[in-house]
Order: sequence, then structure tokens, then C-alpha cells
Amino acid sequence: MSRCGLRQDLRTIGALMRRGLNEILRVPGGAIPGVLAPTIFMVGLSASFGEAARLPGFSADDFRTFIVPVGMLQGAGFTGAATGVNLARDIQQGWFDRLMLAPAPRPVLLAGVVGSACLRCLLPATFLLIVAFALGVSWPGVGALVLAALLIMGLAAAAACYATVLALHFRTQQAAPLMQIGTFASILFTTAYVPRELLSEWLRAIADINPMTHVLEGVRQGFTGDVTWASTWPALLALAGLVAAFGALAVRAMQRQGC
Amino acid sequence: MRAASVALARRALRNFLRRPQLLAPLVLFPTLLLVVNVGGLERTTTLPGFPRVDGFLDFQLAAAMTQSLLLGGVSTGIAMALDIEGGFFDRLVASPTPRLAIVLGRVLAASVIAALQIIYFLVLGAIFGASVKGGVVGVLCVLAIGIVAGTGFSALGVMIALRARNASTVQGIFPLVLVVLFVSSAFFPANLLSSPADVVAAYNPLSYIADGLRQPIAFGNALAPMLEGLAAAAGVAIAATSLSVLALRGRLRQT
Repeated sequence: MSRCGLRQDLRTIGALMRRGLNEILRVPGGAIPGVLAPTIFMVGLSASFGEAARLPGFSADDFRTFIVPVGMLQGAGFTGAATGVNLARDIQQGWFDRLMLAPAPRPVLLAGVVGSACLRCLLPATFLLIVAFALGVSWPGVGALVLAALLIMGLAAAAACYATVLALHFRTQQAAPLMQIGTFASILFTTAYVPRELLSEWLRAIADINPMTHVLEGVRQGFTGDVTWASTWPALLALAGLVAAFGALAVRAMQRQGC
Repeated sequence: MRAASVALARRALRNFLRRPQLLAPLVLFPTLLLVVNVGGLERTTTLPGFPRVDGFLDFQLAAAMTQSLLLGGVSTGIAMALDIEGGFFDRLVASPTPRLAIVLGRVLAASVIAALQIIYFLVLGAIFGASVKGGVVGVLCVLAIGIVAGTGFSALGVMIALRARNASTVQGIFPLVLVVLFVSSAFFPANLLSSPADVVAAYNPLSYIADGLRQPIAFGNALAPMLEGLAAAAGVAIAATSLSVLALRGRLRQT
């Protein structure tokens, strides 16, 4: 690819990312629930199930600290789903058909859509962290926060690819629950509430084969202890697999558009 | 009035069953949370102060029912808002349909859906080993509280739709629903809630509704909590229906 072509592709990706970010200002009513929901979930779960931290074998000082990373992942999942819902709306309103006429490669268009999700997911995470720190969650350190940010951005990318596949298949916003429930469920069927040893046997078996468990533990490590390479590489590997798998499916779905 | 209400209720039911995007979240999300809560927090039943139960599923079924009924209220509100956005509401108002039937029809349909939601969770619980300790009387009591509460939550949804007039705003109250649910004893015993949720839960009608639903399922029939649950549900239903009728009058004045 020539340098000029690469520059043009980057400009296209940037324009699509800006358009995605503009959604927050243009339709704040649509963005607010996605921003608030993870924080409400974190505060609500810790108010309801806070006493679970007294169980023998619970690996964190308090339940709120343990549950904050779950909220961060949920924020990323909701953002990815919202990307798919917005794409379905663009399809229904005809904007996507006009986009398909643009002389840009389909993977570049997909990168723009997914890139906006990567940036947007930082908004619910930031709001969640501000509330969490105000409520007494201990500071995990800059390194742990940077790692957490990278991991949730990766998860938002995977979730956006998954939602894009569904949006391109169903071509309607009515598929929104399917887009949301996929990531929502995969995040909860992990060590979301309690450490692995305290899970029921059947849930432990699911959590063990669920790649999202590694991503969650990667984000959580800085909140409940020190960041170690032993907890980081499985998270990075699991995330790379998710992005590669859903990214490939999304590229395939994009390539098939208009065929 | 009765014929118009029934006809509008039948239309609402038909539309509801035709739109899986409205129906699915009512059972999908509560079932998902039920499964994860039971799998993840089963050992919390060993905590000091936790009431004696056969299993955490027995305790959590009422929480799933309450959550599902609340989501039913949101869905009813969205359906009403879509009628307003799509112009059906204006056509109804232009016809000689009794005004009150517009609200009553929608609420009547919601009560039927609430009964189906309760039955779904009772069957789900039975499949996974949670029997209703209160027997047939207990099942009838759970149904009664659930239907009345579901009617009330739906009337709240109708009221919000009549004031907001657009579906996305009604959809936006979903996080608020979660907040109200979390500051109740729906998910965990009131004596084990963190402060200040325990204080709020004592005044939250959802606590009484959830405890009323839970009593015959997890512990057996006891008059006081079951009557409190029914009274709280009836209070919500009467207040919400009155508010939605007032909202309808306000909307008609503007039309």
C-alpha cells in the first residue's frame, strides 16, 4: 500500500471515529444509560452482596474493590453493543448504504466503527472509577490503570466486532438485546462475584473455559494486589483471540455487503 | 368501557407477543442474573444472619420475579410510547373510545403478562429444584402478589410514557429501575445489606413485594409477610394507576 493510500485510510478511520464520538453529544439520552449502568451495577451489587467479602477464602478486602473491574468490563461490553445498535440504525436509515459506496476498503470502514468503541468505552470506565474512588476503593497505581484501560479498550473492540456481525446480519435495531446479552452474559459467567474457589462447581467449570475470566482477572489484579506478568499474559492472549475471532467474522460480514 | 378496555388489552397483548424485542428482556436478563447469582453466591447462605433456606435458588427466585415485573413495566411504557410516536394514540383519542380504557386496556394486558412471568419463574425454579414450600395456597399467593405488582409497575410505565412521549426516554429509566431494586431486600436479606441500602430498603415497597413473593417459596405460608407484600403491591398499583390517569388527562388537554 502506498504512503498516500495509508494516509487516506487513516483519515477515513479518524473521520468515522469522530462521527462515533459525536453520538455522545448528539444523542446524550442514548449514551447516559450506558455510562450510568456499570456504576449503578457496581454500587448496587456491593450494597446488596457486600457481606460476601466475609466468606472464608474471599481474596479482597471488600466486595466493592472486587467488583469494580466487572463494572469496567460491562461498560466496555455495553459500548460495543451500542456500536452495533448505532450501525443497525445507520443501515435502517440508509446512511450505511451510502458509506458502502465510498471508495474505501471495507476493513478500513470497520476499523473506524470499532475504533470509536475503543475510545467511547473509556467514558463509563472513568465515571465508574471516579465514583469508586470516592466511595473508598483504593488506588491501584498508574500502571494497573493503564493496563486496565488497554484491556477494556480491547474488549470494547471485540464486543463492537461481535455487535457489527449481528447488525449486518439482522439489519435492524431490534437485534439490540442479542448484542447486549452476549457480552453481558460472558462477563458474568466468570469469577465476577467471588474468587474461583468459592464458585459453584458448574459455574467454576464454565469460568475455567471462558476466556473472559482471564480478561477480568487481568483488569482486577491491580485492584486486589500487584500487577504480575503471570496474570497479564493470559489476559492479553485471551483478548487477542477474541479480537481476532470476532474481527475476522466482522471483516467477512463487511466484505459480503453489497455482493 | 369494559369492552373497549378488553379490546385494547387484546391488541396490546397481540403486539407484545409479536415483538420479541419487547418480550425477551423480561425473562432473559432476570434469568441470566438468577443463574449467575445462584452459581456465584450460593455460599453466602452460610453467612451468620442469613435465614435458613434449602438453597440460594429458593431465596433468589423472588428477586428474579421482582426484576422481571419491573422490566415488564418498562416494556409496557415503551409499547405505549411507540403508540404515541406512531400516531395510534392520536387516532384513539379522535375515536369515541372511552379515555380511561386507553390506560386500563394497557394495564390489563400487563397483568396477563405478569401472570405469565410469575408462572415462568415458578416452572424454572421447579425444574432446578426449588419447590414452593407453601403448596398450592403459596403458589396462588405468589401469583396474586405478582399480578398486582406487575399491574402497578406497568401503570408506572404508562404514566412515564404519557409524560415523556418517546420510547428512548422510557428506555432510559432502566438504570433507575436497577437502582430501586438494589436498595431493597430483593437480592439479599435486609439485615445483611450494607449501609445506607439497609435503611432505604426498610422504606422501599419493593422490599415488601419481594419478601411477600419469597415467603411462600422459601419458607412456607406466613400471613404477615404475604399480606404486607400484597398490600405494598396494591398500594403501588392504585397510586400508579391514579397517576397514569392524571397523566392521560394532562396529555389530552395538550392534544
